[in-house]
Amino acid sequence: MTLLSVEGLGIAFGGIKAVHDVSFKVEPGEIVSVIGPNGAGKTTLFNMISGVYQPGSGRVVLEGEDVTGMAPFRLAQRGMSRTFQNLQIFQNMTVLENAISGFHLQEKGPVLADLLHLPSSRRRARAADAGARKLLARVGLERAADREAGNLSYGSLKRLEIARALAMKPKVLLLDEPAAGCNAVETEEIDHLIAEVAASGTAILLVEHDMKMVMRISSHIVVLDHGEKIAEGAPAEVSRNPAVIAAYLGTEEGADADG
Amino acid sequence: MSELLQFLFSGLTVGAVYALVALGFTIIYNASDVVNFAQGEFVMLGGMITWFAHAAGLPLPLAALIAIVATAALGVAINKLAIEPARGAPVVSLIIITIGASVFLQGAAQLVFDKQIHSFPAFSGDTPLRIGGATIQPQSLWVIGGALLVFVGLWLFFTRTLLGRAVLATSNNRLAAQLVGINTNFVMTLSFALSAGIGALAGVLATPITLTAYNVGIGFALKGFAGAMLGGMGNPKGALAGGFLIGLIEALTAGYLSSTYKEAAAFVVILLVLFFMPQGLFGRKSTERV
Repeated sequence: MTLLSVEGLGIAFGGIKAVHDVSFKVEPGEIVSVIGPNGAGKTTLFNMISGVYQPGSGRVVLEGEDVTGMAPFRLAQRGMSRTFQNLQIFQNMTVLENAISGFHLQEKGPVLADLLHLPSSRRRARAADAGARKLLARVGLERAADREAGNLSYGSLKRLEIARALAMKPKVLLLDEPAAGCNAVETEEIDHLIAEVAASGTAILLVEHDMKMVMRISSHIVVLDHGEKIAEGAPAEVSRNPAVIAAYLGTEEGADADG
Repeated sequence: MSELLQFLFSGLTVGAVYALVALGFTIIYNASDVVNFAQGEFVMLGGMITWFAHAAGLPLPLAALIAIVATAALGVAINKLAIEPARGAPVVSLIIITIGASVFLQGAAQLVFDKQIHSFPAFSGDTPLRIGGATIQPQSLWVIGGALLVFVGLWLFFTRTLLGRAVLATSNNRLAAQLVGINTNFVMTLSFALSAGIGALAGVLATPITLTAYNVGIGFALKGFAGAMLGGMGNPKGALAGGFLIGLIEALTAGYLSSTYKEAAAFVVILLVLFFMPQGLFGRKSTERV
């Protein structure tokens, strides 16, 4: 069974088709990248898949179940988690608390046990704490654990968001420009991290502008332009595709429709 | 000396009611950044429904329980019917919706019940206790005890339970909370139920002392709001301290100056707080970093 299948997904904002009839499949352990010029509809597509927007048409199927437009918290329970291009971090919490929040579903227990501070409740809290610290180490933030998240650099927050998403042990992880705002070294670290996560069986759906990174790690690339899928395939095929080259180099009509 | 003690007793009693109202504000504010101005109506409903059920022949404890449960249900209804459909609207619009809900509840109470002033018997009789030359009503101890108990319960809830922390996470960043699997609509429903229930409890405890009528809510809301602001909006510790402080300031002003100024005193204090320490006595950071 296909892990994640996007079928004819589309949405229009005030008559403008932001995304139109996009379909593709994601299998376990694959890294699928969605690329395209600015304004091609990549983030909109992500928002529909992850339940932030209600799609106007089409379906999102996760492990055979129709999850179209399902609220993000339900998708989280079903094993889909994501990060945001513009970050969705608990700014007033510490870095560690942010990472711990990713364990919310695993830490869940009876409220009464929490109130009475029962051993079972303490054990769950300790497990979440330990797991969070391990993940912070994995993304290189262990030394920032007790700092307030709002004070971190953009690049660090990107990694924190990935750590929080990984805490949920997702089956499919949507990453919206994970390397944006990171320097070359950080980008390479994220690159390794993504490859590692995929190798462990989690499917990755990626939006990224760093073409070198995309070409290096993707198993499969979907190219969007003006909200439509114009190409799909292995990195080598896609990079030779004339339609893709035209979209990226820009034609006259392409230039003013962007944004 | 005994005079001062007397003023302190009466200040602590009304302060406890304000503290309960302030705690109600705190919960909804923590979950949604909304200041729910219908909070005072919950106090009114607690008193009025208890009076009504008691007058209809039910024993007082049962009448009180019905009042608290019914008010909590009304709180949930307000959230579902008025707040949730407007989700995504700016916080100011939501606050205005709560003012609308407040006006509506007041009008409805006037129709369903009546315009008279009501009361029901105190829980442990009316014989005042003498302490250090001053007297205190047994019912005052109920009110003060109730406020302290609710505070401890909420404090444990927000600091110890995952659900409590889910409420704080929801207020900090709703979308992020959803991403980690928190059902933010449920968090809102729960907050309104808790908040309304606590408001109703305040009404149940206070009515034998303060009496109740369809229009007492707004006064409680304003004083409770002043208490919450004074202590630092969103902080249960601040709400408790702020509520008691407002009550004490009122009682001391009434005692030593004139009861004409007692209303003004509370609001002068709140103005000073807003000018000089807008984050309140306990700030807001300490709770959100739980």
